[in-house]
Amino acid sequence: MQFGVFTVGDVTVDPTNGREPTERERIKAMVAIALKAEEVGLDVFATGEHHNPPFVPSSPTTMLGYIAARTERLLLSTATTLITTNDPVKIAEDYAMLQHLADGRVDLMMGRGNTGPVYPWFGQDIRNGIPLTIENYDLLRRLWREDVVNWQGKFRTPLQSFTSTPRPLDGVPPFVWHGSIRSPEIAEQAAYYGDGFFANHIFWPKEHTQRMVGLYRERFAHYGHGSADQAIVGLGGQVFMRRNSQDAVRQFRPYFDNAPVYGHGPSLEDFSSQTPLTVGSPQQVIDRTLTFREYVGDYQRQLFLVDHAGLPLKTVLEQLDMLGEEVVPVLRREFAVGRPAHVPDAPTHASLVEAAADGSTADSTADADSTAPAAV
Amino acid sequence: MTTSTGRRRLAVVTAGVRQPSTSRLLADQLAAAVRDELAGLGGQLETTVIEVRDHAHEVVDNTLTGFPAPALKQALDAVAAADGLVAVSPVFNAAYSGLFKAFFDVLPEGALYDKPVLVGATGGTARHSLTLEHALRPMFAYLRAVVLPTAVFAGPEDWAGEKVGDQDADSSGQAGALRGRISRAGRELAAEMHRREPVRVADPFALTTDFEQLRMNSKRG
Repeated sequence: MQFGVFTVGDVTVDPTNGREPTERERIKAMVAIALKAEEVGLDVFATGEHHNPPFVPSSPTTMLGYIAARTERLLLSTATTLITTNDPVKIAEDYAMLQHLADGRVDLMMGRGNTGPVYPWFGQDIRNGIPLTIENYDLLRRLWREDVVNWQGKFRTPLQSFTSTPRPLDGVPPFVWHGSIRSPEIAEQAAYYGDGFFANHIFWPKEHTQRMVGLYRERFAHYGHGSADQAIVGLGGQVFMRRNSQDAVRQFRPYFDNAPVYGHGPSLEDFSSQTPLTVGSPQQVIDRTLTFREYVGDYQRQLFLVDHAGLPLKTVLEQLDMLGEEVVPVLRREFAVGRPAHVPDAPTHASLVEAAADGSTADSTADADSTAPAAV
Repeated sequence: MTTSTGRRRLAVVTAGVRQPSTSRLLADQLAAAVRDELAGLGGQLETTVIEVRDHAHEVVDNTLTGFPAPALKQALDAVAAADGLVAVSPVFNAAYSGLFKAFFDVLPEGALYDKPVLVGATGGTARHSLTLEHALRPMFAYLRAVVLPTAVFAGPEDWAGEKVGDQDADSSGQAGALRGRISRAGRELAAEMHRREPVRVADPFALTTDFEQLRMNSKRG
């Protein structure tokens, strides 16, 4: 099982001292968090993509390329890549390039983006969110899998004899997750292609996650990629830890109470009981996290949100120390207990290359793709 | 799940803030009228009363976080699953109260579609009575509810009633005008609930289409 962190990349005033980091400080902090994640033995760093203040990560592959050069094992990912407003051609190129630079340590998570005004900045309309997701991702897959693409669709100019360069590393495209909170269509899309499904699982009740993952697993089996418990599931999570749980609550409360998403709304206590947010000791985080598989089944990737709402870098790095030293080693051990042998790990570049070499094509939906009424 | 065709569910949403609340008093009388009228049609009524005040903090929380706390979710689910709705607000500054509006703002989209709704309001003077027509009725019309022709306002003179022999009293000698409006409104709601099939609530997480359909839809757009 993979463990890591994902970051939104928000620039938020620290409510305890009124200090707002500069964009440069925030960007450098994101890099420091990624480097620390590798140092403490985590597996994944994923960055958000945003094109509006107060967020800084508008150019994920620039950041991930820089991190790739300074790490050796860390898997670089996104949370999420905007499949609606990015040109799929540019996604295909950027992430293939990143794959080469990072020696395959790359995957992506697709998301729609829920901020209406962002869409027209990129020539799109939020009301087309789902159709854009379907068309753009369909094209992205072809760009990575076919050397020469002839294509025509609704949302971008046609492609004639187009080759996206560089070609994916070893001829194997990066693994893709699809992230969604409550759109069954996205669970269906992930299931159809046999891709991974990632549930946000931070700002919402666990029932949303349970329903969406259940649907994804059922449809994954329906489309013949394996049994439902072999589907590739990732979850978010949000934690704040101190040795002593009272200290954790006391220190996190001002950040919680003023956070952009839930600030001035529910109490920390209410939100902790209604969502997977866990504020307490490392042991409490371990105990809570181990309950996740009770409602989603054995899963492949757990990402924690630890760096938002104005928390200073020093505090965030302390969180990573605790995750790496105390929490994740126990989670690795405990999640392995009782995990059936036929439940796979999340695909990596190495495993996908191996699968491709075995002849059992890594892309198990190749048939479905070729019979679909593809736009040509 | 409603199994017998004669059983109907009524949700009563009342946004009074004081104890005792005249909005609650009016809401209870309206619900009783619906029950009696439905019984006359051979139906049975199961009533859930929601005091918005009991969920005041949760309503604001939901506005900010996008999801309801468990108790509020139960209340919202009861409204969505109801075959008919009685909605009563006090009049604040020439409109429904903010709390009343906020409750309906966090109700999931489509929850009131084609639902018969009886609107009521209370206020300190009869001069507020048209609030029902210029505020509550259009809001529920926007939500595509079926707002019944009779809307019931109750002010101080309605609660005071008239003595037998007063000009406005009806033949029964009761506080005529208000009681008459309540029974007419109850009759209208009961009839609408009775003639409709019991409500079935759609599951928001259910897949209503498969991938091929999604792909075709995205092409057609």
